[in-house]
Amino acid sequence: MKKKHNNNIITLFYVPALVLFLIFVVYPFIEGIRISFTNWNGYSQNYTYVGAKNYLRLFQDKNVRTALINTLIYGIGSTFLQNVIGLLYAVFLDSKFRGRTFVRTIIYLPVMIAPLVMGYIMYFLVQYDSGAINDILAYFGRPPVDWMNSGPRAVIIMTLINSLQFVGISMVIYMAGLQGISRVYYEAASIDGVSRLQAFRNITLPLLTPAITSAVIINLIGGLKLFDIIMALTMGGPGYSSHSLSTLITNQYFRSQNAGYSAAMGVGTFLLIMLISNLAMHYFDKKEVYS
Amino acid sequence: MIKKKASIWKYLLSLIIILIHVIPLYILIGVAFKSKMDTSSRWVLPSYIWSDNFKNALFRGNMLLALKNSTIITSIAVILITLLGAFAAFPLARRATKLDICVRGFIMGVMMVPPLSILVPLYSNMAKMNGLSTYWGIIVILVTFQLPMSIFLFTNFIKSIPLALDEAAAIDGCGPLRTFVHIILPQLKPVIASVVILTGVNCWNDYQFSLYLLQSPKLKTVTLAISSFFSLQSSDINAAGAAALIGIAPIVLLYLFLQKYFIKGMVDSAIK
Repeated sequence: MKKKHNNNIITLFYVPALVLFLIFVVYPFIEGIRISFTNWNGYSQNYTYVGAKNYLRLFQDKNVRTALINTLIYGIGSTFLQNVIGLLYAVFLDSKFRGRTFVRTIIYLPVMIAPLVMGYIMYFLVQYDSGAINDILAYFGRPPVDWMNSGPRAVIIMTLINSLQFVGISMVIYMAGLQGISRVYYEAASIDGVSRLQAFRNITLPLLTPAITSAVIINLIGGLKLFDIIMALTMGGPGYSSHSLSTLITNQYFRSQNAGYSAAMGVGTFLLIMLISNLAMHYFDKKEVYS
Repeated sequence: MIKKKASIWKYLLSLIIILIHVIPLYILIGVAFKSKMDTSSRWVLPSYIWSDNFKNALFRGNMLLALKNSTIITSIAVILITLLGAFAAFPLARRATKLDICVRGFIMGVMMVPPLSILVPLYSNMAKMNGLSTYWGIIVILVTFQLPMSIFLFTNFIKSIPLALDEAAAIDGCGPLRTFVHIILPQLKPVIASVVILTGVNCWNDYQFSLYLLQSPKLKTVTLAISSFFSLQSSDINAAGAAALIGIAPIVLLYLFLQKYFIKGMVDSAIK
């Protein structure tokens, strides 16, 4: 009897958190679905329900298509780069040598910098006039390049910037994963005459699956949400060519006063990110091995 | 002999990696310490120290005010995130009623909601609640979106504390609140460090929420102040660089001194 009483009291412990989630996540989420069926402009008292018009428009809007493709490049491109480079770094730093902690410190350092500020710092490098990269070109007698004036090139550059900034995250996850693999496996393998590359493929990678899962999901969610770097470097331009879905949502709401349409875009973005991250989790769940 | 050769390669490789990752900071430092009139290449560090940029950033660019705002917002938010997170995690780690399982699933779901996908209603609700351009408005939103990670970290950690301790406390007549405060809380130090560091960095570096929720110039945070510097950059790009350097310095310095904890926090939050 006493026990039961206690159990009910500790339920109260998560009530404050739940209240916050209800007011600032669940309610806005439902409200967002409602707004997405209206033609609300964001400030007026009057608006009408327009049915699925906003959603139909999503499929016809050229800018949405560009933003969708860019979002996938930002998300999948960064995830790929961060995991491949992160894993290489981790394997490299897993070998013993003096000063490897220092190397790790430097690689992880940019993770501390606000992505917005990283974007601005990179502006000093990719700027047309006196940008650091154009200075190098000039040194070799090449004409300067206006790096961010083409949408696709800007998207690739920003994917690279995001990857380089956050590669430290997957690196430290993989380092922890590598430390968790027992040396016994490698000793057994070397007795059997297995090459180091084979050992990496057949021992390291499978046993690293939980770490790969975490790193991929974290990078994927981060990349698909990319916002700050774009705001710092291109604001989605030139035109609409480097927008991600996140920046396009804010652009439609605050600049074009299409709150209803922007809300529909929000619902779509939510579904897309949920779908992609669940697919990724499902894929890795099946691959998990138990050591 | 072979061993020695191998380690030379390692140092060479290390050097290249370090150079690649240090370039952005190197360029930033160069810009921040150069005079406006200095037209030398960004790759060249100045041979003098030009402190006017920092004076401009701090006083004319309001970085001083921004540092104050960011400090207030980040510290209150982090205290709430830690407290609410630790409390919420206790029942989730110690029981598994149907309700608890639902709540746990719900919180994982919240973690995955991309904040900008609910921007429109979030912003308009905040406007209705008079929460725009207020400390509490931004704090409450930061707390909400950082809480799931805090709960996740605390839950995993409390699960590793032997249940026998709770039971012993219960036998001695401790209620759940006292058990939590006297038995569990004192053991949470390592995970509190992780939570404070991870969510603190996120709050300090936040831009997407502050940009829309804080429109009064008086409430500008570090990221907002830096961004207004860069949008006026044509006038003084060196002061903008100084502002950026001032804005990232507190976190970077903390990281350099406490990097072990920063990295441990990241790994704990990533691996179950």
